[in-house]
Amino acid sequence: MSAPRSRLRPRDLLALGSHGLRARPMRAVLSSLGIAIGIAAMISVIGISTSSQALVKDKLAELGTNLLTVQGGTDLLGQEAPLPETSLALIRRVPGVLHAGSTTTLDSVNVYRSEHIERSRTGGLSVVAADLDLLEATGAQILNGAWFNEATAQFPTAVLGRTTAERLGVQGPGQLVWLGEHRFAVVGILDSPPLAPELDSTALIGEPIARELFGHTGQPTTVYERSLDASVAEVRELLPPTLSPRSPSEVKVSRPSDALAAKNTVDQAFTGLLIGVGSIALVVGGIGVANTMVISVLERRREIGLRRSLGATRRHIRLQFLLEAVLLSAYGGLAGVVLGWVVTLVAAQANGWRVAIPPAVLVAAVAVTVAVGAIAGLLPAVRAARTSPTAALSA
Amino acid sequence: MSDAIVELRGVTRSYGSPPTVALNGVDLMVEEGEILAIVGPSGSGKTTLLNIVGSLDQATSGTTRIAGHDVTRMDDADLSALRAHTIGFVFQQFHLSDGVTALDDVATGLLYTGTPRRERRRRAASALERVGLGDRLHHHPHQLSGGERQRVAIARAVIGDPRLLLADEPTGSLDTRSGDAVMQVLGELADAGTTVVVITHDLALAARMPRRVRLRDGEVVADERGVAA
Repeated sequence: MSAPRSRLRPRDLLALGSHGLRARPMRAVLSSLGIAIGIAAMISVIGISTSSQALVKDKLAELGTNLLTVQGGTDLLGQEAPLPETSLALIRRVPGVLHAGSTTTLDSVNVYRSEHIERSRTGGLSVVAADLDLLEATGAQILNGAWFNEATAQFPTAVLGRTTAERLGVQGPGQLVWLGEHRFAVVGILDSPPLAPELDSTALIGEPIARELFGHTGQPTTVYERSLDASVAEVRELLPPTLSPRSPSEVKVSRPSDALAAKNTVDQAFTGLLIGVGSIALVVGGIGVANTMVISVLERRREIGLRRSLGATRRHIRLQFLLEAVLLSAYGGLAGVVLGWVVTLVAAQANGWRVAIPPAVLVAAVAVTVAVGAIAGLLPAVRAARTSPTAALSA
Repeated sequence: MSDAIVELRGVTRSYGSPPTVALNGVDLMVEEGEILAIVGPSGSGKTTLLNIVGSLDQATSGTTRIAGHDVTRMDDADLSALRAHTIGFVFQQFHLSDGVTALDDVATGLLYTGTPRRERRRRAASALERVGLGDRLHHHPHQLSGGERQRVAIARAVIGDPRLLLADEPTGSLDTRSGDAVMQVLGELADAGTTVVVITHDLALAARMPRRVRLRDGEVVADERGVAA
């Protein structure tokens, strides 16, 4: 056939697709609401989860992931296998190690607010002999007062963990506490060290005074060690044989930053559940769009007939209705993205996080709604295209 | 190829089962540039005939040639192209879009020819001039009288200069004066060379046409030429 073809420009098709939505805005808003809610739920769940993870990541970057703690384990018979007295010196000689500090729990020594407190009321606090390098190794901060120095470590002075200070009612340095039947002067209070939270409920004293008063032998309970980021794995391998060449398995080495990161993976299961709920909302939203489009096709039989009489092919009609469904769904998706972002923003501000939603998630959300719209619009579009061209003439 | 723009031979159209016959062996030849009325009471098969002539519907049997093409052998794309470029339709109910100006409504007539929007609107303005509505370009349907609306619909049908214009009861929902104005526009189009086929059950209107094809029960009962007295 030599006559020109029936043709619809892409731009005109786009205008046609949005024409139906503009003609009935209320219906468009209501039917895309399901999609919007589904997407908003998914975005906010992902956004809140990633924002809180971003906080942990920031914190870890700040604290460093190069801290290892070394503790004595148990031997084959289940007996405790303490670390050797020379542990610190040995560890400091391992290549890549930057700092190493130790704590030794003094089992029979307790700390009280004053000598008048009943001895059984220890408050769950323990007394620990600390190495001077401990502060550097754990990355702990002094909240109030000062850390030990060569001189104060010789005398009955104590640095309290945060919880210890609260339980003993110590506000700042200068106050006295009753420690192991001796009067100790508090010189400082530690802020909670995120990577060594066990220090919170301890009272730290210098090693020389511990040796003098409580018979401290220098066998550390825990060694905190920091190395170059690049050599953490290597150092981790080297530590047990260095400390206990005969039975390296009796030395426990752990990485506290792993524990902090692991706390977050617990949230993942919950996130998965909420995303499941979001997908159901999305499917229900898609059915809503399909329903609206089916009704729209029935109502617009005359319009379809008119368009066919003006020269629209079945394909043109199909594309028009398909595009309308896709736009309807995509608008819902876009609204959902905005809504989800706002929810994340509110949650992040309430918790002091920064908003961190991966842009790929936002793009994926809109892409998913386009796909949902295309699927939902397929059947109505096919039905629209099958509408008889004579529909315009039959009154 | 003959001069006939419409050539129906033994066209029968039946629906359903058992078949209801809407058209029964209709022969109809329409020459290029003619204006004629198809007259008959309701149920006589007028609208079915118009659907077949307009390629909106296919005959059950018989041959249909429109503008030289055998429409029974054409696929949807070719039929649509024929409607987009060769045939214009005017409906009793106008079928204008609410909330769209006369200019944009008329421009829709070229939508499926792939004409750019700017060009469509330019030609829509001249089509509206042609039907005497040059001062109503930006009016919405509800701001126009019935006669004006039908003239907008005519402008939409003729914007692409179709060779064949089909009008289904174009004055059916208009008062006499508006109807006369509409008929005058159709007459002018015929004078300019467009073939115009008007369906009507209004005998007085048909009487003023140079040719009248009378239908009854799906059959052509008379084909009269010359203006009746």
